[in-house]
Amino acid sequence: MNECMAELFGKATGCSKGKGGSMHFFAPDKNFWGGHGIVGGQTPLGLGIAFALKYKGLAGACLCFLGDGAVNQGCFHESLNMASLWDLPVIYIIENNQYSMGTSLERSSAFRSCLAERAEGYAIDWDHCNGEDLYEVRAKTHTALERAHRQSRPTLLEINTYRYYGHSVADSKHKGGYRNAEEIEQYKQNHDPIRLWKARLVSEGVLTEEQYDELDQAARAEAEESVKFAEESPLPSEASITEDVYFEVDRNTEAGRTGRHFFNY
Amino acid sequence: MPKIPYRVALRQAFAEEIERDENVVLLGEEVAEYDGAYKVTEGLWKKYGDKRVVDTPISEAGFIGMGIGASMLGLRPVMELMFWSFAYVAWDQIINNAGCIRYMSGGLINCPIVIRGPANGGTNVGATHSHTPENFLANTPGLKVVCPATAYDAKGLMKTAIRDNDPVMFLENTLLYGEEWEVPVEEYLIPLGRADVKKQGRHVSLIAYGRAVLTALKAAELLAAEHDIDAEVIDLRSIRPLDDAALLASVRKTHRAVVIEENKPFCGVGAQIAAIINEQAFDDLDAPVLRLSAIDAPAIYSPKLEARQLPRPIDIVEKVRTIC
Repeated sequence: MNECMAELFGKATGCSKGKGGSMHFFAPDKNFWGGHGIVGGQTPLGLGIAFALKYKGLAGACLCFLGDGAVNQGCFHESLNMASLWDLPVIYIIENNQYSMGTSLERSSAFRSCLAERAEGYAIDWDHCNGEDLYEVRAKTHTALERAHRQSRPTLLEINTYRYYGHSVADSKHKGGYRNAEEIEQYKQNHDPIRLWKARLVSEGVLTEEQYDELDQAARAEAEESVKFAEESPLPSEASITEDVYFEVDRNTEAGRTGRHFFNY
Repeated sequence: MPKIPYRVALRQAFAEEIERDENVVLLGEEVAEYDGAYKVTEGLWKKYGDKRVVDTPISEAGFIGMGIGASMLGLRPVMELMFWSFAYVAWDQIINNAGCIRYMSGGLINCPIVIRGPANGGTNVGATHSHTPENFLANTPGLKVVCPATAYDAKGLMKTAIRDNDPVMFLENTLLYGEEWEVPVEEYLIPLGRADVKKQGRHVSLIAYGRAVLTALKAAELLAAEHDIDAEVIDLRSIRPLDDAALLASVRKTHRAVVIEENKPFCGVGAQIAAIINEQAFDDLDAPVLRLSAIDAPAIYSPKLEARQLPRPIDIVEKVRTIC
């Protein structure tokens, strides 16, 4: 949490040393490969990670997430084609929150039953699931992972979800503009996956209200602590602006010392 | 020393690096079973098989991005663009992903990829197939840009590019693929960022890269034979990193410079070189730095006129004579 919060604050202790920002988080040591800001631009990268896994003979799969707005980018379709053509273990997961920024699903995408159905055209197995139900999400993701691991085949999985806030902090029309406040409230009351899961766990006797409150408080405390950490962290140094651009320069290899890499005379 | 064509020199570089490092894989349109649209990769698929030499669909954004993703996990993909003109279809992947991922991850992730193919006009294929994007690419910190003029340089630079841990954009030239130069049989590498003095001279520095180097060499012969001007020809070889020390040393010796490129003049590599000389060697100059680029318009198809659109030896001679 600390390194994520510090990254949001643009601090040197951020996961990308304050050089990436909210859209560009990375943690390859945790098998998290970004964090890419251009809508749909990550889909060929996910394909490449799957390609490399297969090339190296490693058991694994790449879960590559995109929004409902990204399904209309050309490179996503190119990636689906190659994933199927070459039997690559990539799982594309569409998080369908019904809005690509301020444009609703109906106004941006043509489809019959759902967006994932587009996979039919590429002979890719696909599925659709209710993002309110944690167990369904887990089960369908597991099926896709099994397919990737056992058959080295891709999957396109669409998960219905929602967002309470805007597309970004600058999305002033998200409440009362392109969608009304009642819609947001209705989702919160009846479809919030955390509320629903909590209710289920409580009704099954797995979790008590008190335990839930403890977890909730702990999560809030962790978030607050991380804000404190971020606020107290130093800014990246001015010199760091030109670090992490070229591997060879950073490592001061012979290649990094040959010729001029930067033109700040 | 055997003379071999530019394309064969590149092919040798690929074969040697495929054999040296199991992570090296060639991908692109028609690179495998078809033997390469320009036969640069001829025979490699037959020799090294489906795993190492891979035909892709016509999906530049998709497969270039895929190569970048694979490089993040440690492969060393060598991606062929049939023409660098097609890079515009993959621009987001090249600039935003290959160019920025290392930076935006705070140095956690590297992209050791080579993207290569021909980038030149002069073949009468019209504007969409004649682009020379080296200036656009070199404008992106994070990318490296290489433009070899000879078979010798092409092989040595390609081997270095494949081993480099940063993304290297390698711009070749279809008009040079069949041209022959002496290339040693023994292994050699040429570092990126080191210019080559292709001809020593005293009176003016002709600074060029790619095929324009050969044009400059022809111009130097004409200048010597007809005007008693001894021109020095500097081949930059790589645009970024740039051997500014070499070009400044040459200018400090000759006191005059003409920068020649087959790129367009506005914000081109020549403009950058002229700015560097102006800033760093102004007091050594006896004349303004001049530039000669392609005539500033999209590449014209008409064969006779296209040859005129690119810098010719006579154009360089005329430029030089205005300052010598």
